[in-house]
Amino acid sequence: MATQTSSLDLSRSAGVEAPGMPALHMWIFAGLLLFGLVAPYILYPVFVMKVLCFALFACAFNLLLGFGGLLSFGHAAYFGSASYVSAHAAKVWGLTPELAILTGTLAAAGLGLAIGSLAIRRQGIYFAMVTLAFAQMVFFFSIQAPFTGGEDGIQSVPRGHLFGLISMAPDRNLYFFVLAVVFIGLLVIYRIIHSPFGQVLKGIRDNEPRMVSLGYRTRRYKLAVFVLSAALAGVAGATKAIVFQLASLTDVYWTMSGEVVLMTLLGGMGTVFGPILGAAVIVTMQNYLATFGDWVTIGQGIIFVVAVMLFREGIVGVLARIIRRPL
Amino acid sequence: MFELLGIPPQALFGQLLLGLINGSFYALLSLGLAIIFGLLNIINFTHGAQYMMGAFVAWMLLNYVGIPYWGALFLVPVIVGVTGVVLERLLISRLYHLDHLYGLLLTFGLALIITGVFRNQYGISGLPYAIPGQLSGGQNLGFMFLPNYRGWVVVASLVVCLATWFVIEKTRLGAYLRAATENPTMVGAFGINVPRLITLTYGFGVGLAAFAGVLAAPIYSVNPNMGADVIIVVFAVVVIGGMGSILGSILTGFGLGLVEGLTRVFYPEGSAVVIFVIMAIVLLVKPAGLFGREA
Amino acid sequence: MRKTGFIVASLAGLLMAGTAFAQTAVKIGVLNDRSGIYADITGEGSAVAAQMAAEDFGTDKGITVEVVSADHQNKPDVGSNIARQWYDTEGVDVIADVPTSSVALAVNDITREKNKIFLNSGAATSDLTGSKCSPNTVHWTYDTWQLAHGTGGAMVAAGGKTWFFLTADYAFGHALERDTSAVVTAAGGEVIGSVKTPFPGTDFSSFLLQAQASGAQVIGLANAGGDTVNSMKQAAEFGITQAGQSIAGLLVFVNDIHALGLDVAQGLVLTETFYWDLNDKTREWSARFEEKTGKKPSMIQAGVYASVLHYLKAVEAVGSKDPEAVMAKMKEMPTDDPLFGQGVVRADGRKTHDAYLFRVKKPADSKGPWDLYETVATIPADKAFRPLADGGCPLVQ
Repeated sequence: MATQTSSLDLSRSAGVEAPGMPALHMWIFAGLLLFGLVAPYILYPVFVMKVLCFALFACAFNLLLGFGGLLSFGHAAYFGSASYVSAHAAKVWGLTPELAILTGTLAAAGLGLAIGSLAIRRQGIYFAMVTLAFAQMVFFFSIQAPFTGGEDGIQSVPRGHLFGLISMAPDRNLYFFVLAVVFIGLLVIYRIIHSPFGQVLKGIRDNEPRMVSLGYRTRRYKLAVFVLSAALAGVAGATKAIVFQLASLTDVYWTMSGEVVLMTLLGGMGTVFGPILGAAVIVTMQNYLATFGDWVTIGQGIIFVVAVMLFREGIVGVLARIIRRPL
Repeated sequence: MFELLGIPPQALFGQLLLGLINGSFYALLSLGLAIIFGLLNIINFTHGAQYMMGAFVAWMLLNYVGIPYWGALFLVPVIVGVTGVVLERLLISRLYHLDHLYGLLLTFGLALIITGVFRNQYGISGLPYAIPGQLSGGQNLGFMFLPNYRGWVVVASLVVCLATWFVIEKTRLGAYLRAATENPTMVGAFGINVPRLITLTYGFGVGLAAFAGVLAAPIYSVNPNMGADVIIVVFAVVVIGGMGSILGSILTGFGLGLVEGLTRVFYPEGSAVVIFVIMAIVLLVKPAGLFGREA
Repeated sequence: MRKTGFIVASLAGLLMAGTAFAQTAVKIGVLNDRSGIYADITGEGSAVAAQMAAEDFGTDKGITVEVVSADHQNKPDVGSNIARQWYDTEGVDVIADVPTSSVALAVNDITREKNKIFLNSGAATSDLTGSKCSPNTVHWTYDTWQLAHGTGGAMVAAGGKTWFFLTADYAFGHALERDTSAVVTAAGGEVIGSVKTPFPGTDFSSFLLQAQASGAQVIGLANAGGDTVNSMKQAAEFGITQAGQSIAGLLVFVNDIHALGLDVAQGLVLTETFYWDLNDKTREWSARFEEKTGKKPSMIQAGVYASVLHYLKAVEAVGSKDPEAVMAKMKEMPTDDPLFGQGVVRADGRKTHDAYLFRVKKPADSKGPWDLYETVATIPADKAFRPLADGGCPLVQ
């Protein structure tokens, strides 16, 4: 068990690529951007912003699971604590939205460093349980700490003025800012995956002992990707707090950790674009089924079971296999 | 009368006893997880939901069929255990050739479904389940009033835990089980039906969770979320103890119950997180866990 | 959004639309907990209460009422999402009920931003008419200040001089403990200790033993929902009330008592502003309510009925649903309904009426499944709620 290589069905989906972005990926990014630019005129902008935040969250999570081979069951901790910190920064310290998001991101990175350096001491299932337990600790902290407002959360967070100049109060203004933040985040993740660092990660994911014998200090790599993933999840959480003008316990609860796993699994672990699709599907489902209460939970459970039993590659993973190109 | 850190010793004994009662639940649940993990190599995320099912099935037996507590104590683990066997045969067994993480994801999904269905059916407010007549009332121990039922919980869980330990460590069946944990192919070659052994083990582990659920029904409110909250703590217990040893997981369960009990006296605000803090310390000092084998 | 399928559009109303009489269509969104811990005290029952208000108001006054409802799952993000969509895209004029303080505060903000009307009945926080008060909000049924003062003050007056608190360790619990302590001390009582319990908790036995060891006459439960239910259940198990201590629930509703059973809950002292068995009018209305839902109403559901009724009367008096005019009318016009009797809506949005201190009956004294309370004291409206000047509401200065 200790030396077993990870056999998640990933190796195929993100193979070695030629340097630079393949034309197909470029087209997909361009298509996504185009859709992003048109979306607020056809859909409810607040809803699209929610999808964007969760897409980034899922991609950040996928960086750790799909490319680092580490299943964290406590990613809500980074998402949620960043949303608390950025809400606090915007409301109490009066920071502009971009600085508030940056502060939230740094907090998530710091938390990721602390938890990650402990969690990577264990592997596989233990790793998942350790991250879950620490996330629960963060949850309890969030209930008790005075600045988080307990069950009320931090409410009426001002959207503020971007760079102190442009008002973010109109939904459309804010929308394009969020689109830019999320898109940059996605490109950063793409760049990390396809860098030499990313290649080493995939090597560790597929066979850690081999990488150790090749002289890599695998722990450092694992910690680095953990912190990166936490920080990017933080960007998503911090942005969500500004969009909804609210940071609440929902964002740090373990169900949130489960949701991001689900988004990634459904879209396709270890694919570049899968988590984006997964996030869009799950958020839409939650939005339109919200009135059915428990059925959302049951539906999510069923998707989990079906995805694990029938298509472990996820939707985009299946597509990638059909067109025989990594996506 | 001397005082220890400002707490009279009588009060301290009382609190330790209460800690032991909570420890009983941790021990039963982490024991079940450890047994399942030993043979199936999966972390059974559904464990919390199955604990909750134990409490609910006891409630249903009483209210729909009229079977009281004592009958439930024996029937419920069997009923819930059988549902576990079905799950294992239909779903979990198809994942053994894959990475263990898929087992975790599957059982997480199952937990969501089960919890959701019960919440939909019975709401979240909790259902009443009375303490059986024979065990109502309590004993005045001088330093505290101990409800009879709480005393019974400690005794019952100790007996079940030790019996399980005895079966696994000292009997032939247990020997097969331990051997199959080490090397299933070899045990299969000796003519033992390993898949059936695995199925029954899962059913037994689930039965333990359900047993804990029945024990919990009269003192905690029977509600669909009761499992979700406790399972995360039990995960931490399992990480602290390491899942290598049966006796280890029993001891860790009771021990952490005691520690939690003490925290409730000296620093009540911290009692929800003390187990997680201990987990962090153990990870720093002895990453494999107190009783763990794996390096 | 789930439509509860209720449109009062009588033929008479339609005909009148053609005459000089202007037809006003009002859409009321009942936003509350339909699946969680407060589903019994709010939930579908509140939607039914809103419909009953529309029916009792009458269909002949040129106002058509449509009631829609949704589940906020006690999450402020879900609740604010629904509220925004209701106001932005579904033409909802009024949001009613909204239990759970966090969600209520979020809806309070959005309603003010969109200039609509918020008739809160379900939430406890007294901030709604204090520091966070809004010209668009009426807070109808109860609040934390009123509960703390009702229960705390009356218990001390009844001889419960020494107190020990079991406090849920988060902002709400702290606030409840702080407010009640102030009342107890002011009334000449003494708080001899408190313990902060992790939230949410399942096992309270350890904390109850500490409360027992303190020897306090009253154990105050500064918690809510599942925490309260569990701590009462375990208090009964450890024989705490039998040993002579009283337990005061600071946020307990009639449905909690019904669910717990009198065996466990007997002797508990609590404050509510409505009980189905107060007088003939409340009994008559509650019987109609029970026919539709199978349960007796909670004070929150009663509050939804009364607040919607008062709103409709104001719309009728103004002759339009313009939020500013209707709010001004609601505050100017005294309230009068069968459930809370006569009262007023103050400048800060606080509705005031009498409150009652109840004691839960012994099983032997109860004559039916819902015969749960005996009245210990009536607190008159002017004493029951926080004085207008003390809330720090900017609308008042």
